[in-house]
Amino acid sequence: MKFGLLVSEGPYTHQASDSAYQFVVAALAKGHEIQRVFFYHDGVNNATRLTEPPQDDRHVVNRWSALAAEHKVDLVVCVAAALRRGIKEEVLAPGFRISGLGQLVDSGIKTDRLVTFGD
Amino acid sequence: MSEQQAITPGGPTVKKFMFVNRKAPYGTIYALESLEVVLITATFDQDVSLVFIDDGVYELVKGQQTKGIGIKNFSPSYRALDGYDVEKLYVDQASLEQRGLTEKDLLVPVEVLDAQQMGQLMAQQDVILSF
Repeated sequence: MKFGLLVSEGPYTHQASDSAYQFVVAALAKGHEIQRVFFYHDGVNNATRLTEPPQDDRHVVNRWSALAAEHKVDLVVCVAAALRRGIKEEVLAPGFRISGLGQLVDSGIKTDRLVTFGD
Repeated sequence: MSEQQAITPGGPTVKKFMFVNRKAPYGTIYALESLEVVLITATFDQDVSLVFIDDGVYELVKGQQTKGIGIKNFSPSYRALDGYDVEKLYVDQASLEQRGLTEKDLLVPVEVLDAQQMGQLMAQQDVILSF
Protein backbone atom coordinates (compact mmCIF):
# COMPACT_ATOMS: atom_id res chain seq x y z
CA MET A 1 0.00 0.00 0.00
CA LYS A 2 1.08 3.56 -0.66
CA PHE A 3 0.96 5.85 2.39
CA GLY A 4 1.22 9.59 2.90
CA LEU A 5 1.74 11.01 6.38
CA LEU A 6 0.85 14.31 7.99
CA VAL A 7 2.71 15.29 11.17
CA SER A 8 0.94 18.14 12.98
CA GLU A 9 2.88 18.51 16.22
CA GLY A 10 6.42 19.46 17.17
CA PRO A 11 8.98 17.09 18.70
CA TYR A 12 9.14 16.18 22.42
CA THR A 13 6.04 18.11 23.60
CA HIS A 14 3.85 15.65 21.71
CA GLN A 15 4.40 12.02 20.77
CA ALA A 16 2.98 12.56 17.26
CA SER A 17 6.38 12.73 15.56
CA ASP A 18 7.62 9.60 17.40
CA SER A 19 4.49 7.68 16.42
CA ALA A 20 4.79 8.82 12.80
CA TYR A 21 8.44 7.72 12.71
CA GLN A 22 7.59 4.32 14.15
CA PHE A 23 4.74 3.96 11.65
CA VAL A 24 7.10 4.67 8.74
CA VAL A 25 9.70 2.17 9.99
CA ALA A 26 7.03 -0.53 10.46
CA ALA A 27 5.37 0.18 7.10
CA LEU A 28 8.67 0.02 5.22
CA ALA A 29 9.56 -3.24 6.99
CA LYS A 30 6.30 -4.72 5.74
CA GLY A 31 7.11 -3.66 2.17
CA HIS A 32 4.73 -0.70 1.95
CA GLU A 33 5.63 2.53 0.20
CA ILE A 34 5.87 5.88 1.99
CA GLN A 35 5.15 8.49 -0.67
CA ARG A 36 5.82 11.50 1.58
CA VAL A 37 5.84 12.80 5.15
CA PHE A 38 4.38 16.30 5.35
CA PHE A 39 5.07 18.52 8.37
CA TYR A 40 2.46 21.15 9.21
CA HIS A 41 1.41 23.32 12.18
CA ASP A 42 4.09 22.96 14.91
CA GLY A 43 5.19 19.82 13.06
CA VAL A 44 7.59 22.05 11.13
CA ASN A 45 9.73 22.18 14.29
CA ASN A 46 10.76 18.58 13.58
CA ALA A 47 12.93 19.90 10.76
CA THR A 48 15.47 22.14 12.49
CA ARG A 49 19.05 20.99 12.79
CA LEU A 50 19.47 23.29 15.79
CA THR A 51 17.69 20.69 17.93
CA GLU A 52 19.90 19.33 20.73
CA PRO A 53 18.16 16.92 23.10
CA PRO A 54 19.97 15.53 26.17
CA GLN A 55 22.30 12.66 25.27
CA ASP A 56 20.20 10.01 26.98
CA ASP A 57 17.12 10.94 24.93
CA ARG A 58 16.19 10.01 21.37
CA HIS A 59 17.09 12.57 18.68
CA VAL A 60 13.80 13.04 16.87
CA VAL A 61 15.21 15.26 14.11
CA ASN A 62 18.29 13.17 13.32
CA ARG A 63 16.14 10.05 13.27
CA TRP A 64 14.03 11.55 10.46
CA SER A 65 17.19 12.60 8.59
CA ALA A 66 18.58 9.07 8.84
CA LEU A 67 15.32 7.65 7.50
CA ALA A 68 15.47 10.03 4.54
CA ALA A 69 19.07 9.01 3.82
CA GLU A 70 18.45 5.26 4.10
CA HIS A 71 15.06 4.95 2.43
CA LYS A 72 14.78 8.16 0.37
CA VAL A 73 11.64 9.15 2.30
CA ASP A 74 10.43 12.55 1.08
CA LEU A 75 10.28 14.89 4.11
CA VAL A 76 8.41 18.08 3.24
CA VAL A 77 7.93 21.11 5.49
CA CYS A 78 5.10 23.55 4.80
CA VAL A 79 6.61 26.89 3.81
CA ALA A 80 3.92 29.13 5.35
CA ALA A 81 3.83 27.21 8.63
CA ALA A 82 7.65 27.11 8.71
CA LEU A 83 8.21 30.83 8.12
CA ARG A 84 5.70 31.65 10.86
CA ARG A 85 7.82 29.64 13.28
CA GLY A 86 11.31 30.70 12.18
CA ILE A 87 12.12 27.56 10.21
CA LYS A 88 14.07 28.46 7.07
CA GLU A 89 16.34 26.73 4.54
CA GLU A 90 19.44 27.63 6.57
CA VAL A 91 18.30 25.69 9.63
CA LEU A 92 16.89 22.62 7.85
CA ALA A 93 18.29 19.25 8.91
CA PRO A 94 19.49 16.93 6.10
CA GLY A 95 16.73 15.20 4.16
CA PHE A 96 14.06 17.85 4.73
CA ARG A 97 12.85 20.24 2.04
CA ILE A 98 10.53 23.24 2.19
CA SER A 99 7.55 23.37 -0.14
CA GLY A 100 3.90 24.36 -0.33
CA LEU A 101 0.66 22.95 1.03
CA GLY A 102 0.01 21.59 -2.45
CA GLN A 103 2.39 18.77 -1.52
CA LEU A 104 -0.05 17.66 1.20
CA VAL A 105 -2.99 17.71 -1.21
CA ASP A 106 -0.86 15.81 -3.72
CA SER A 107 -0.30 13.13 -1.05
CA GLY A 108 -4.04 12.87 -0.50
CA ILE A 109 -4.63 12.42 -4.20
CA LYS A 110 -1.81 9.99 -4.98
CA THR A 111 -1.76 7.66 -1.97
CA ASP A 112 -4.08 4.89 -0.82
CA ARG A 113 -4.14 6.32 2.71
CA LEU A 114 -3.19 9.70 4.15
CA VAL A 115 -2.54 9.15 7.84
CA THR A 116 -2.51 12.04 10.32
CA PHE A 117 -0.29 12.10 13.41
CA GLY A 118 -1.45 14.95 15.63
CA ASP A 119 -2.63 15.83 19.06
CA MET B 1 -10.67 4.56 -1.57
CA SER B 2 -9.50 3.75 -5.05
CA GLU B 3 -12.68 1.92 -6.05
CA GLN B 4 -14.74 4.97 -5.08
CA GLN B 5 -12.68 7.57 -6.88
CA ALA B 6 -14.33 9.45 -9.66
CA ILE B 7 -11.77 9.26 -12.42
CA THR B 8 -12.51 11.16 -15.57
CA PRO B 9 -11.01 9.34 -18.53
CA GLY B 10 -7.83 11.22 -19.43
CA GLY B 11 -8.56 13.78 -16.72
CA PRO B 12 -7.23 14.41 -13.23
CA THR B 13 -8.16 12.30 -10.21
CA VAL B 14 -10.90 13.86 -8.10
CA LYS B 15 -11.11 12.61 -4.54
CA LYS B 16 -13.48 13.43 -1.73
CA PHE B 17 -11.54 15.51 0.82
CA MET B 18 -13.22 16.21 4.15
CA PHE B 19 -11.86 18.70 6.66
CA VAL B 20 -13.02 18.12 10.22
CA ASN B 21 -12.76 21.26 12.34
CA ARG B 22 -12.91 20.53 16.05
CA LYS B 23 -11.22 23.48 17.73
CA ALA B 24 -12.28 27.01 18.71
CA PRO B 25 -11.12 29.67 16.22
CA TYR B 26 -8.72 31.30 18.66
CA GLY B 27 -6.57 29.83 21.41
CA THR B 28 -4.74 27.59 18.93
CA ILE B 29 -3.78 27.99 15.29
CA TYR B 30 -5.50 24.82 14.04
CA ALA B 31 -8.64 26.52 12.68
CA LEU B 32 -6.70 29.14 10.73
CA GLU B 33 -4.17 26.70 9.26
CA SER B 34 -6.97 24.26 8.42
CA LEU B 35 -8.62 26.97 6.36
CA GLU B 36 -5.35 27.44 4.47
CA VAL B 37 -5.32 23.75 3.49
CA VAL B 38 -8.98 23.94 2.45
CA LEU B 39 -8.29 26.80 0.05
CA ILE B 40 -5.27 25.04 -1.48
CA THR B 41 -7.23 21.79 -1.87
CA ALA B 42 -9.99 23.67 -3.69
CA THR B 43 -7.46 24.97 -6.22
CA PHE B 44 -6.61 21.32 -7.00
CA ASP B 45 -10.24 20.86 -8.16
CA GLN B 46 -10.99 18.25 -5.52
CA ASP B 47 -14.39 17.47 -4.01
CA VAL B 48 -14.07 19.41 -0.73
CA SER B 49 -16.38 19.37 2.27
CA LEU B 50 -16.02 20.91 5.72
CA VAL B 51 -17.36 19.59 8.97
CA PHE B 52 -17.63 21.53 12.24
CA ILE B 53 -17.78 19.51 15.44
CA ASP B 54 -17.26 20.25 19.15
CA ASP B 55 -15.75 23.73 19.70
CA GLY B 56 -15.18 23.84 15.92
CA VAL B 57 -18.73 25.22 15.59
CA TYR B 58 -17.48 28.47 17.15
CA GLU B 59 -15.37 29.03 14.01
CA LEU B 60 -18.58 29.91 12.14
CA VAL B 61 -20.25 32.12 14.74
CA LYS B 62 -21.24 35.62 13.57
CA GLY B 63 -19.90 38.81 15.12
CA GLN B 64 -16.44 37.65 16.18
CA GLN B 65 -14.52 40.50 17.84
CA THR B 66 -10.80 39.83 18.22
CA LYS B 67 -9.39 43.30 18.80
CA GLY B 68 -9.00 42.63 22.52
CA ILE B 69 -6.75 39.61 21.97
CA GLY B 70 -4.68 41.21 19.21
CA ILE B 71 -5.28 38.35 16.77
CA LYS B 72 -6.70 38.80 13.27
CA ASN B 73 -10.38 37.93 12.88
CA PHE B 74 -10.26 35.49 9.98
CA SER B 75 -13.93 34.47 10.13
CA PRO B 76 -14.88 36.51 7.00
CA SER B 77 -12.83 33.97 5.04
CA TYR B 78 -15.55 31.37 5.58
CA ARG B 79 -17.91 33.60 3.62
CA ALA B 80 -15.43 33.62 0.72
CA LEU B 81 -15.42 29.82 0.45
CA ASP B 82 -18.19 29.67 -2.14
CA GLY B 83 -15.92 31.72 -4.41
CA TYR B 84 -13.64 28.67 -4.38
CA ASP B 85 -16.59 26.34 -5.09
CA VAL B 86 -16.45 25.07 -1.51
CA GLU B 87 -20.13 24.91 -0.68
CA LYS B 88 -20.50 21.73 1.37
CA LEU B 89 -20.44 22.79 5.00
CA TYR B 90 -21.82 20.47 7.64
CA VAL B 91 -22.35 21.16 11.32
CA ASP B 92 -22.88 18.62 14.08
CA GLN B 93 -26.31 19.11 15.64
CA ALA B 94 -25.35 18.09 19.18
CA SER B 95 -22.29 20.37 19.20
CA LEU B 96 -24.49 23.35 18.27
CA GLU B 97 -27.14 22.53 20.86
CA GLN B 98 -24.66 21.91 23.66
CA ARG B 99 -23.34 25.44 23.12
CA GLY B 100 -26.75 27.11 22.93
CA LEU B 101 -26.30 27.91 19.24
CA THR B 102 -28.58 27.60 16.23
CA GLU B 103 -28.04 27.93 12.47
CA LYS B 104 -29.09 31.60 12.79
CA ASP B 105 -25.93 32.32 14.79
CA LEU B 106 -23.69 31.19 11.92
CA LEU B 107 -21.94 33.26 9.22
CA VAL B 108 -22.69 30.97 6.30
CA PRO B 109 -25.39 28.53 5.17
CA VAL B 110 -24.73 25.04 6.54
CA GLU B 111 -26.38 21.67 6.66
CA VAL B 112 -26.97 20.44 10.22
CA LEU B 113 -26.49 16.69 10.62
CA ASP B 114 -26.96 14.29 13.50
CA ALA B 115 -24.17 11.93 14.52
CA GLN B 116 -25.45 9.05 12.41
CA GLN B 117 -25.72 11.17 9.26
CA MET B 118 -22.27 12.59 9.95
CA GLY B 119 -20.85 9.08 10.27
CA GLN B 120 -22.36 8.05 6.96
CA LEU B 121 -20.91 11.12 5.25
CA MET B 122 -17.47 10.40 6.69
CA ALA B 123 -17.63 6.81 5.46
CA GLN B 124 -18.00 8.11 1.90
CA GLN B 125 -14.78 10.15 1.97
CA ASP B 126 -11.41 9.29 0.41
CA VAL B 127 -9.32 11.61 2.60
CA ILE B 128 -10.25 12.99 6.02
CA LEU B 129 -8.07 15.63 7.65
CA SER B 130 -8.94 16.52 11.21
CA PHE B 131 -7.76 19.76 12.76
